[in-house]
Amino acid sequence: MIPQEISDALKAKFGDAILEVKSDGVFDPWAKVAPDRIKDVCLFMRDDEALQFDSLMCLSGVDYTGGKLGVVYHLHSTKKDHKFTLKVDVTVENPHCQSVESVWKTANWHEREAFDMIGIVFDGHPDLRRILLPDDWEGHPLRKDYQVPEYYQGMKVPY
Amino acid sequence: MGLLDQRFENSNIIITSADNLLNWARLSSLWGMQFGLACCAIEMMATGASHYDFDRFGVFFRGTPRQSDVMIVAGTVTLKMATRIKTLYDQMSEPRYVISMGSCSNCGGPYWEHGYHVLKGVDRIIPVDVYVPGCPPRPEALMEGLMKLQEKIRNESLAKKQTA
Repeated sequence: MIPQEISDALKAKFGDAILEVKSDGVFDPWAKVAPDRIKDVCLFMRDDEALQFDSLMCLSGVDYTGGKLGVVYHLHSTKKDHKFTLKVDVTVENPHCQSVESVWKTANWHEREAFDMIGIVFDGHPDLRRILLPDDWEGHPLRKDYQVPEYYQGMKVPY
Repeated sequence: MGLLDQRFENSNIIITSADNLLNWARLSSLWGMQFGLACCAIEMMATGASHYDFDRFGVFFRGTPRQSDVMIVAGTVTLKMATRIKTLYDQMSEPRYVISMGSCSNCGGPYWEHGYHVLKGVDRIIPVDVYVPGCPPRPEALMEGLMKLQEKIRNESLAKKQTA
Protein backbone atom coordinates (compact mmCIF):
# COMPACT_ATOMS: atom_id res chain seq x y z
CA MET A 1 0.00 0.00 0.00
CA ILE A 2 1.27 3.46 -0.69
CA PRO A 3 1.45 5.86 2.25
CA GLN A 4 -1.55 7.87 1.12
CA GLU A 5 -3.76 4.77 1.34
CA ILE A 6 -2.44 3.96 4.80
CA SER A 7 -3.16 7.42 6.12
CA ASP A 8 -6.60 7.37 4.49
CA ALA A 9 -7.40 4.09 6.22
CA LEU A 10 -6.27 5.56 9.54
CA LYS A 11 -8.32 8.68 9.11
CA ALA A 12 -11.37 6.67 8.11
CA LYS A 13 -11.22 4.58 11.26
CA PHE A 14 -10.00 7.07 13.86
CA GLY A 15 -11.05 10.46 12.49
CA ASP A 16 -10.58 12.67 15.51
CA ALA A 17 -7.57 10.90 17.02
CA ILE A 18 -5.43 11.58 13.96
CA LEU A 19 -4.36 15.15 14.36
CA GLU A 20 -2.15 15.71 11.38
CA VAL A 21 -0.93 13.75 8.38
CA LYS A 22 1.89 14.20 5.93
CA SER A 23 2.00 11.43 3.35
CA ASP A 24 3.44 13.09 0.27
CA GLY A 25 6.90 14.34 -0.48
CA VAL A 26 10.31 12.76 -0.43
CA PHE A 27 10.71 12.00 3.27
CA ASP A 28 9.01 9.49 5.54
CA PRO A 29 5.23 9.81 5.63
CA TRP A 30 3.88 10.29 9.12
CA ALA A 31 0.65 10.75 11.03
CA LYS A 32 0.32 12.53 14.34
CA VAL A 33 -1.87 10.80 16.91
CA ALA A 34 -3.34 11.97 20.21
CA PRO A 35 -1.38 10.48 23.15
CA ASP A 36 -4.40 8.85 24.78
CA ARG A 37 -5.48 6.96 21.63
CA ILE A 38 -2.12 5.73 20.40
CA LYS A 39 -2.65 2.19 21.70
CA ASP A 40 -5.90 1.72 19.80
CA VAL A 41 -4.31 3.11 16.66
CA CYS A 42 -1.36 0.75 17.00
CA LEU A 43 -3.62 -2.26 17.59
CA PHE A 44 -5.45 -1.38 14.41
CA MET A 45 -2.19 -0.96 12.51
CA ARG A 46 -1.04 -4.38 13.63
CA ASP A 47 -4.25 -6.36 13.23
CA ASP A 48 -5.91 -4.90 10.15
CA GLU A 49 -5.75 -7.21 7.13
CA ALA A 50 -4.64 -4.58 4.68
CA LEU A 51 -2.04 -2.92 6.93
CA GLN A 52 -0.46 -5.74 9.01
CA PHE A 53 2.30 -3.73 10.65
CA ASP A 54 3.79 -6.55 12.62
CA SER A 55 7.13 -4.96 13.39
CA LEU A 56 7.90 -1.88 15.44
CA MET A 57 11.28 -0.89 14.04
CA CYS A 58 12.01 1.83 16.54
CA LEU A 59 10.37 3.90 19.25
CA SER A 60 12.21 7.12 20.05
CA GLY A 61 11.65 9.91 22.54
CA VAL A 62 12.28 13.43 21.29
CA ASP A 63 12.72 16.78 22.99
CA TYR A 64 11.54 19.51 20.62
CA THR A 65 12.59 22.33 23.05
CA GLY A 66 10.17 24.85 24.44
CA GLY A 67 8.55 22.41 26.83
CA LYS A 68 7.43 20.02 24.09
CA LEU A 69 8.35 16.35 24.08
CA GLY A 70 7.32 13.65 21.68
CA VAL A 71 7.48 10.00 20.74
CA VAL A 72 8.06 8.69 17.23
CA TYR A 73 7.08 5.17 16.19
CA HIS A 74 8.61 3.65 13.06
CA LEU A 75 6.47 0.77 11.85
CA HIS A 76 7.22 -1.84 9.23
CA SER A 77 5.19 -4.61 7.75
CA THR A 78 7.15 -7.74 6.89
CA LYS A 79 4.19 -9.30 5.13
CA LYS A 80 3.08 -6.36 3.04
CA ASP A 81 6.46 -4.60 2.84
CA HIS A 82 5.45 -1.06 3.63
CA LYS A 83 6.58 1.42 6.27
CA PHE A 84 4.88 4.17 8.17
CA THR A 85 5.65 6.56 11.00
CA LEU A 86 3.44 7.67 13.86
CA LYS A 87 4.14 10.68 16.03
CA VAL A 88 2.79 11.69 19.42
CA ASP A 89 3.21 15.07 21.08
CA VAL A 90 3.27 15.50 24.85
CA THR A 91 4.30 18.37 27.10
CA VAL A 92 6.82 18.57 29.89
CA GLU A 93 4.07 19.35 32.42
CA ASN A 94 2.09 16.25 31.46
CA PRO A 95 4.51 13.75 29.89
CA HIS A 96 2.09 10.83 29.80
CA CYS A 97 1.47 8.59 26.84
CA GLN A 98 -0.16 5.20 26.42
CA SER A 99 2.20 2.27 26.31
CA VAL A 100 2.21 0.03 23.23
CA GLU A 101 4.07 -2.73 25.02
CA SER A 102 1.05 -5.01 24.77
CA VAL A 103 0.98 -4.50 20.99
CA TRP A 104 4.65 -5.10 20.17
CA LYS A 105 6.84 -6.60 22.87
CA THR A 106 9.91 -4.80 21.63
CA ALA A 107 8.42 -1.57 22.92
CA ASN A 108 9.19 -2.76 26.45
CA TRP A 109 12.84 -1.70 26.38
CA HIS A 110 12.35 1.13 23.88
CA GLU A 111 9.85 2.80 26.22
CA ARG A 112 12.13 2.27 29.18
CA GLU A 113 14.87 4.06 27.26
CA ALA A 114 12.53 6.93 26.33
CA PHE A 115 11.57 7.20 29.99
CA ASP A 116 15.17 7.10 31.14
CA MET A 117 16.56 9.62 28.69
CA ILE A 118 13.67 12.03 28.00
CA GLY A 119 11.31 11.43 30.90
CA ILE A 120 8.13 10.39 29.09
CA VAL A 121 5.94 8.24 31.33
CA PHE A 122 4.17 5.39 29.56
CA ASP A 123 0.88 4.42 31.21
CA GLY A 124 0.22 0.72 31.21
CA HIS A 125 3.87 -0.34 30.96
CA PRO A 126 4.44 -3.34 33.25
CA ASP A 127 7.94 -2.42 34.41
CA LEU A 128 8.79 1.22 33.75
CA ARG A 129 12.18 1.91 35.31
CA ARG A 130 15.54 3.22 34.18
CA ILE A 131 17.39 1.01 31.77
CA LEU A 132 20.72 2.69 30.99
CA LEU A 133 21.47 4.94 33.94
CA PRO A 134 21.71 3.86 37.60
CA ASP A 135 18.39 3.63 39.40
CA ASP A 136 19.11 6.54 41.71
CA TRP A 137 20.10 8.96 38.99
CA GLU A 138 18.31 12.29 38.99
CA GLY A 139 17.18 13.96 35.84
CA HIS A 140 16.70 12.96 32.24
CA PRO A 141 19.90 13.54 30.29
CA LEU A 142 18.73 13.84 26.70
CA ARG A 143 16.51 16.81 27.43
CA LYS A 144 17.90 19.97 25.93
CA ASP A 145 17.96 21.80 29.26
CA TYR A 146 19.79 19.08 31.18
CA GLN A 147 22.55 20.13 33.57
CA VAL A 148 25.33 17.67 34.36
CA PRO A 149 25.35 16.97 38.10
CA GLU A 150 28.43 17.90 40.11
CA TYR A 151 28.65 14.77 42.21
CA TYR A 152 27.12 11.32 42.04
CA GLN A 153 27.54 9.20 45.17
CA GLY A 154 30.69 11.01 46.13
CA MET A 155 32.35 10.85 42.72
CA LYS A 156 33.02 14.07 40.85
CA VAL A 157 31.27 13.93 37.50
CA PRO A 158 32.67 16.79 35.37
CA TYR A 159 36.26 16.66 34.18
CA MET B 1 64.24 -19.37 33.49
CA GLY B 2 67.04 -16.95 32.76
CA LEU B 3 67.40 -15.99 36.38
CA LEU B 4 67.87 -19.51 37.56
CA ASP B 5 70.02 -20.89 34.75
CA GLN B 6 73.27 -19.29 35.74
CA ARG B 7 72.93 -20.06 39.40
CA PHE B 8 72.70 -23.79 39.14
CA GLU B 9 76.11 -24.40 37.49
CA ASN B 10 78.22 -25.76 40.29
CA SER B 11 75.87 -26.48 43.09
CA ASN B 12 72.17 -26.25 43.65
CA ILE B 13 72.22 -23.55 46.27
CA ILE B 14 71.09 -20.01 45.50
CA ILE B 15 71.73 -17.19 47.93
CA THR B 16 69.54 -14.18 47.56
CA SER B 17 67.63 -11.77 49.70
CA ALA B 18 64.07 -12.31 50.84
CA ASP B 19 63.04 -9.17 49.04
CA ASN B 20 64.41 -10.38 45.73
CA LEU B 21 62.86 -13.77 46.11
CA LEU B 22 59.44 -12.51 47.03
CA ASN B 23 59.43 -9.84 44.36
CA TRP B 24 60.57 -12.30 41.73
CA ALA B 25 57.86 -14.71 42.73
CA ARG B 26 55.20 -12.01 42.67
CA LEU B 27 56.10 -10.48 39.35
CA SER B 28 56.52 -13.77 37.55
CA SER B 29 53.00 -14.92 38.09
CA LEU B 30 50.69 -11.95 38.19
CA TRP B 31 47.23 -13.42 37.95
CA GLY B 32 45.00 -10.88 36.41
CA MET B 33 41.31 -10.32 37.02
CA GLN B 34 39.51 -10.15 33.76
CA PHE B 35 37.87 -6.76 33.72
CA GLY B 36 37.18 -5.90 30.14
CA LEU B 37 34.54 -3.22 30.05
CA ALA B 38 34.58 -1.90 26.49
CA CYS B 39 36.75 -1.85 23.35
CA CYS B 40 40.02 -2.11 25.29
CA ALA B 41 38.83 -5.53 26.33
CA ILE B 42 39.29 -6.71 22.75
CA GLU B 43 42.89 -5.59 22.79
CA MET B 44 43.37 -7.26 26.15
CA MET B 45 41.99 -10.47 24.71
CA ALA B 46 44.33 -10.09 21.77
CA THR B 47 47.23 -9.68 24.16
CA GLY B 48 46.19 -12.81 25.95
CA ALA B 49 45.85 -14.79 22.75
CA SER B 50 48.59 -16.68 21.03
CA HIS B 51 50.27 -13.98 18.94
CA TYR B 52 51.16 -11.67 21.81
CA ASP B 53 51.04 -14.10 24.63
CA PHE B 54 50.34 -13.10 28.21
CA ASP B 55 50.79 -16.60 29.50
CA ARG B 56 54.54 -16.50 28.94
CA PHE B 57 54.66 -13.79 31.59
CA GLY B 58 52.74 -16.00 33.93
CA VAL B 59 49.60 -13.94 33.55
CA PHE B 60 46.32 -15.66 33.06
CA PHE B 61 42.94 -14.32 33.83
CA ARG B 62 40.93 -15.34 36.82
CA GLY B 63 37.24 -14.71 37.08
CA THR B 64 37.19 -13.71 40.72
CA PRO B 65 38.94 -10.82 42.47
CA ARG B 66 39.74 -12.99 45.46
CA GLN B 67 42.29 -15.01 43.51
CA SER B 68 43.90 -12.25 41.45
CA ASP B 69 46.86 -9.97 41.95
CA VAL B 70 46.35 -7.34 39.29
CA MET B 71 43.19 -5.74 37.96
CA ILE B 72 43.52 -4.46 34.41
CA VAL B 73 40.73 -1.89 34.05
CA ALA B 74 40.18 -2.00 30.32
CA GLY B 75 37.49 0.25 28.96
CA THR B 76 35.13 3.07 29.83
CA VAL B 77 34.24 3.30 33.50
CA THR B 78 30.65 4.50 33.81
CA LEU B 79 29.32 5.85 37.08
CA LYS B 80 26.99 2.86 37.27
CA MET B 81 29.98 0.51 37.10
CA ALA B 82 32.20 2.60 39.36
CA THR B 83 30.48 1.50 42.56
CA ARG B 84 30.94 -2.11 41.52
CA ILE B 85 34.62 -1.55 40.67
CA LYS B 86 35.20 -0.22 44.16
CA THR B 87 33.55 -3.30 45.65
CA LEU B 88 35.63 -5.62 43.50
CA TYR B 89 38.85 -3.78 44.28
CA ASP B 90 38.12 -4.07 47.98
CA GLN B 91 37.67 -7.80 47.53
CA MET B 92 41.16 -8.27 46.13
CA SER B 93 43.70 -9.33 48.71
CA GLU B 94 47.05 -7.63 49.05
CA PRO B 95 49.50 -7.33 47.36
CA ARG B 96 47.24 -5.95 44.67
CA TYR B 97 47.97 -3.72 41.72
CA VAL B 98 45.91 -1.88 39.17
CA ILE B 99 46.77 -1.23 35.54
CA SER B 100 44.59 1.39 33.89
CA MET B 101 44.37 0.52 30.20
CA GLY B 102 43.25 2.95 27.57
CA SER B 103 42.36 6.61 27.72
CA CYS B 104 38.84 6.06 29.07
CA SER B 105 40.05 4.65 32.32
CA ASN B 106 43.06 6.98 32.44
CA CYS B 107 41.18 10.24 32.23
CA GLY B 108 37.74 9.74 30.74
CA GLY B 109 39.04 9.49 27.21
CA PRO B 110 36.86 10.80 24.38
CA TYR B 111 34.00 11.30 26.84
CA TRP B 112 35.83 13.81 29.00
CA GLU B 113 33.86 16.82 27.84
CA HIS B 114 30.27 15.75 27.38
CA GLY B 115 30.05 12.39 29.08
CA TYR B 116 27.59 12.88 31.91
CA HIS B 117 27.64 9.19 32.77
CA VAL B 118 31.40 8.54 32.59
CA LEU B 119 33.81 8.57 35.49
CA LYS B 120 36.70 10.69 34.26
CA GLY B 121 39.47 8.32 35.12
CA VAL B 122 39.34 5.24 37.31
CA ASP B 123 41.94 6.77 39.63
CA ARG B 124 39.13 8.82 41.15
CA ILE B 125 38.02 5.75 43.03
CA ILE B 126 40.92 3.30 43.20
CA PRO B 127 44.70 3.80 43.31
CA VAL B 128 46.36 3.03 39.99
CA ASP B 129 49.92 1.77 39.57
CA VAL B 130 50.46 1.91 35.82
CA TYR B 131 48.65 3.93 33.17
CA VAL B 132 48.78 2.59 29.63
CA PRO B 133 47.82 5.30 27.11
CA GLY B 134 46.14 4.59 23.82
CA CYS B 135 42.70 4.28 22.37
CA PRO B 136 42.95 1.36 22.42
CA PRO B 137 46.55 0.61 23.31
CA ARG B 138 48.21 -1.92 21.07
CA PRO B 139 49.00 -5.28 22.64
CA GLU B 140 52.66 -4.35 22.71
CA ALA B 141 51.78 -1.24 24.69
CA LEU B 142 49.81 -3.25 27.22
CA MET B 143 52.72 -5.62 27.56
CA GLU B 144 55.05 -2.73 28.19
CA GLY B 145 52.64 -1.56 30.86
CA LEU B 146 52.80 -4.99 32.43
CA MET B 147 56.59 -4.97 32.28
CA LYS B 148 56.64 -1.56 33.92
CA LEU B 149 54.50 -3.00 36.68
CA GLN B 150 57.00 -5.82 37.01
CA GLU B 151 59.77 -3.21 37.35
CA LYS B 152 57.79 -1.54 40.06
CA ILE B 153 57.32 -4.80 41.91
CA ARG B 154 61.00 -5.62 41.53
CA ASN B 155 61.86 -2.48 43.43
CA GLU B 156 59.53 -3.11 46.32
CA SER B 157 60.81 -3.98 49.73
CA LEU B 158 59.37 -5.69 52.74
CA ALA B 159 60.80 -2.98 54.90
CA LYS B 160 58.59 -0.34 53.34
CA LYS B 161 54.93 -0.51 54.27
CA GLN B 162 52.54 -1.44 51.47
CA THR B 163 50.15 1.38 50.70
CA ALA B 164 46.60 0.25 50.08
